[in-house]
Amino acid sequence: MSAPRPVLDAAATLASGLLFGFGLAWSTMIRPESVLAFLTFDDLGLLFVLGCAVAINLVIYQLVPRWRRQTLLGTEFQQRPFELNGTAVVGGILFGIGWGLCGVCPGPALAGLGAGNGDLLVALAGIFAGALLHGLWEGRRAA
Amino acid sequence: MLSSLFPNGIAPFAIGGSLMGLGVALLYVSTGRPGGVSTFFSSSWSWLLRTAFFRQASLVDSRNWRLIYTLGLILGGALYALLGLPMEASHIPAWKLAVGGLLIGFGARLGGGCTSGHGICGMASLSAGSLVMVVTFLGAGIVTAHLLRWLA
Repeated sequence: MSAPRPVLDAAATLASGLLFGFGLAWSTMIRPESVLAFLTFDDLGLLFVLGCAVAINLVIYQLVPRWRRQTLLGTEFQQRPFELNGTAVVGGILFGIGWGLCGVCPGPALAGLGAGNGDLLVALAGIFAGALLHGLWEGRRAA
Repeated sequence: MLSSLFPNGIAPFAIGGSLMGLGVALLYVSTGRPGGVSTFFSSSWSWLLRTAFFRQASLVDSRNWRLIYTLGLILGGALYALLGLPMEASHIPAWKLAVGGLLIGFGARLGGGCTSGHGICGMASLSAGSLVMVVTFLGAGIVTAHLLRWLA
């Protein structure tokens, strides 16, 4: 998909990721122990992380496409392609087991690496490997 | 009661969550893209692999912006550390990070998204499917974390 304004598009995308990563660090989510403390109910603070992030985007996702036909850069508002089925639920269960085991999820692993936690390279290598296995498995399933 | 549920207060969580939300909102308002993170781990393989799965348009067409977005996430964490803002060290055993990472990568891709894609963008889109996925991985995560603490 070629963006009509590639430089601005790249700048906006980079700034969005930067803000997201900075927020992940501020929320303490980049520290896996903090996520594990949430999952064991020792500190429910992460409810406010999800709550605030969802509340802001609920307003944005629901209202902005009604006000404007196009985005600020003149592109279309995209829908997340997702269809719920049994396979997806199995994926969610596997994801949850991994999340509960190490307290890492993809965004915080990246932001945490940036903040200097080199251990997360191991988790990121695992995520890359998992995504590779998934793609190869989907390929065999389709064949 | 409240202080035992929130021993670290709520301010860092509410501020951090709001900043994260603004990042995802900026991406959507400026480019129209839902800011899920986990697809990056599939779309990046399309540079190396020629299989039909990794050559599909949804991965090849999005791999550039996903790489830039990922770079932003890393830089956001780096900026936080460079500013000397409060941060505690982490000590998770490497085997847990490796096994957990594998399950997270496979599971997130099989499940069509992770905590950002389903948790933030899907919920903001009022997607019933995403809500089911969030309840599923939250439930599995809570059971796993409790089980491991009980075993330890």
